[in-house]
Amino acid sequence: MTALVVVEALSTYFQVRGPTGRRAVLHAVDNVSFEIRRNEILALVGESGCGKSTLGRTILQLTKRTAGRVLFDGQELTAMAAGDLRRLRRRMQIIFQNPHGSLDPRVSVGQAIRDPLDIHAVGTGEERQARVAELLGLVGLHADHAQRFPHQISGGQAQRVAIARALALHPDFIIADEPVSSLDVSIQAQILNLMADLRVSLGLTYLFIAHNLAVVEHFSTRVAVMYLGRIVELAPSRALYAHPLHPYTQALLASAPVADPDAPLRPPALAGDVPSPVDPPTGCRFASRCPRVMTVCRNVDPVFTEIEPEHWVACHLYPLSGSGSG
Amino acid sequence: MNGPPLLDVDDLRVEFPTPRGSVRAADGVSFRVWPGEIVGLVGESGCGKSVTTLALLRLVRPPGRIASGRIVFQGRDLLTLPAQEMRMLRGSAMAMIFQNPMTALDPVFTVGDQIAEVFESHPQLHTNDVRSAAAAILERVRIPNPKAQLKAYAHQFSGGMAQRAMIGMGMAGKPSLLIADEPTTALDVSVQAQILDLLRAIRTELKTAIILITHDLAITAQLCDRIVVMYAGQVVEASTTRELFRAPQHHYTRGLLDSMPRLGQRRERLAQIPGQPPDLRTLPVGCRFAARCPRAEDRCRVEEPALTSSRDGREVRCHFPLEPR
Repeated sequence: MTALVVVEALSTYFQVRGPTGRRAVLHAVDNVSFEIRRNEILALVGESGCGKSTLGRTILQLTKRTAGRVLFDGQELTAMAAGDLRRLRRRMQIIFQNPHGSLDPRVSVGQAIRDPLDIHAVGTGEERQARVAELLGLVGLHADHAQRFPHQISGGQAQRVAIARALALHPDFIIADEPVSSLDVSIQAQILNLMADLRVSLGLTYLFIAHNLAVVEHFSTRVAVMYLGRIVELAPSRALYAHPLHPYTQALLASAPVADPDAPLRPPALAGDVPSPVDPPTGCRFASRCPRVMTVCRNVDPVFTEIEPEHWVACHLYPLSGSGSG
Repeated sequence: MNGPPLLDVDDLRVEFPTPRGSVRAADGVSFRVWPGEIVGLVGESGCGKSVTTLALLRLVRPPGRIASGRIVFQGRDLLTLPAQEMRMLRGSAMAMIFQNPMTALDPVFTVGDQIAEVFESHPQLHTNDVRSAAAAILERVRIPNPKAQLKAYAHQFSGGMAQRAMIGMGMAGKPSLLIADEPTTALDVSVQAQILDLLRAIRTELKTAIILITHDLAITAQLCDRIVVMYAGQVVEASTTRELFRAPQHHYTRGLLDSMPRLGQRRERLAQIPGQPPDLRTLPVGCRFAARCPRAEDRCRVEEPALTSSRDGREVRCHFPLEPR
């Protein structure tokens, strides 16, 4: 499988002011490198504030990077003129968490799906109308949904509209940022199954941003785990769930609620909260919460290393990664 | 269950007027909670679970109103209680915590000041006593270095710490019932595990009964003794947690359990419940789940099933309940 998206040493920092007015730098994404392969579902998981949404937005150049490069199908997005980038954007789309929030309440469902076709002047008016009808069918909506307005449809239907609009320009790559988090359980399964079907029938590649580990296990081919702006582990989905290497990944999996009343009760795997990404510590970002922390962890930044074929981790517990200084 | 229930909700109806007629957000809701028990009130958005618990505290906002029913708590009918007595009850015998702890804390006062308000009804306490009582509250919910944290402001607290503080304040009056409305939904998974562990400890140490309102069946499995499932304003199933997970009787419960992705049980496709919950303004005749139910027959579309209890104490609202697998 070849890479569709290549991310090289990408960093996104924000200038912020603390509550006392002090200037500080928030390291939302900090020196991250990975690739997204054609037709895969790469899941990006982590807790709030880990930088997963910022990373997604930076890949699409919706947020300005501080350093590093992003390549899409061999072309460097980070060095591209605005017009060229706009043309290439037809091939890269994003779906957000709150489907109603991404629809204009005054625009009908049909027009919302047609907007990208109008903006990019695709085909004739009749062709656009036919494409809208085709897209509605593709995402499991009826033709008469086109006349409705956002307040007349449910959250699940609104997310189907957002997917239809994202598909309008025949993209290759879709970033889905928590696409089912705001939906009810019975509707979540409908949307996940729809997205899985569309990947196969349209040959799509997904970056699936999520915090729910059970959802990710069912949906992804590979998983990248983020903590405080860094990817700490990256592996094929089955390998990551079968034998997670990073203590943070292990703790996340141990923290997920077990939907079995007879399973033995486990104490919380982690104490405390995620520290602030403002002025993060030197050394390993996870050292302050890590149950297996060593002296070296507080001083030396672990290098992201391929410990086993296809299984990458940044942790001093695995000697190959302990030698560098990041 | 032995002895009288701590809380007995019987045929509760909560109505909201709309331009197109009134909507019954809770329509004949009945369930019971025994002392020291953790009961999960589970359902999807709009099923009536939150409005039911607001009714328990008589906090339904006008123009919404409690149209009928009885809520008996510790032997007294709350719906006929004078407003003054109801106010005394809230925060003492009955406490509530909400989904978003950060908005429950006032940003301009210190956490200590806000906890001190809990003791306003005890004017005989000295300032120093109030401070150590407030610190004790934070200590009970396992906030490290509690004395120093009293001087903190809300923005210096993480979401997990704020929810701990809210639980601590709720527990200050030693309530016999704590109502927790989606207490971990806004929190990260590692912090969620800590809060669930804390709720478990509170029940064990203080024998407090807890109603946990949630949309997430997974978190009820290891916390709740019993589960009440709601759908479209009604209770559709009530059972012990073990029985509900082992052998659900309502087809909606079965659908919820099957559509839930579970760790370690990777499937190529998730089971899904087709369609969506009905609009409460235009409810169908007959069973409210019939349009989405794999078992529905003609009878389900004309005759509304009643909530019926079986000998083993389970309750289900269905003409054709599932047999144990």
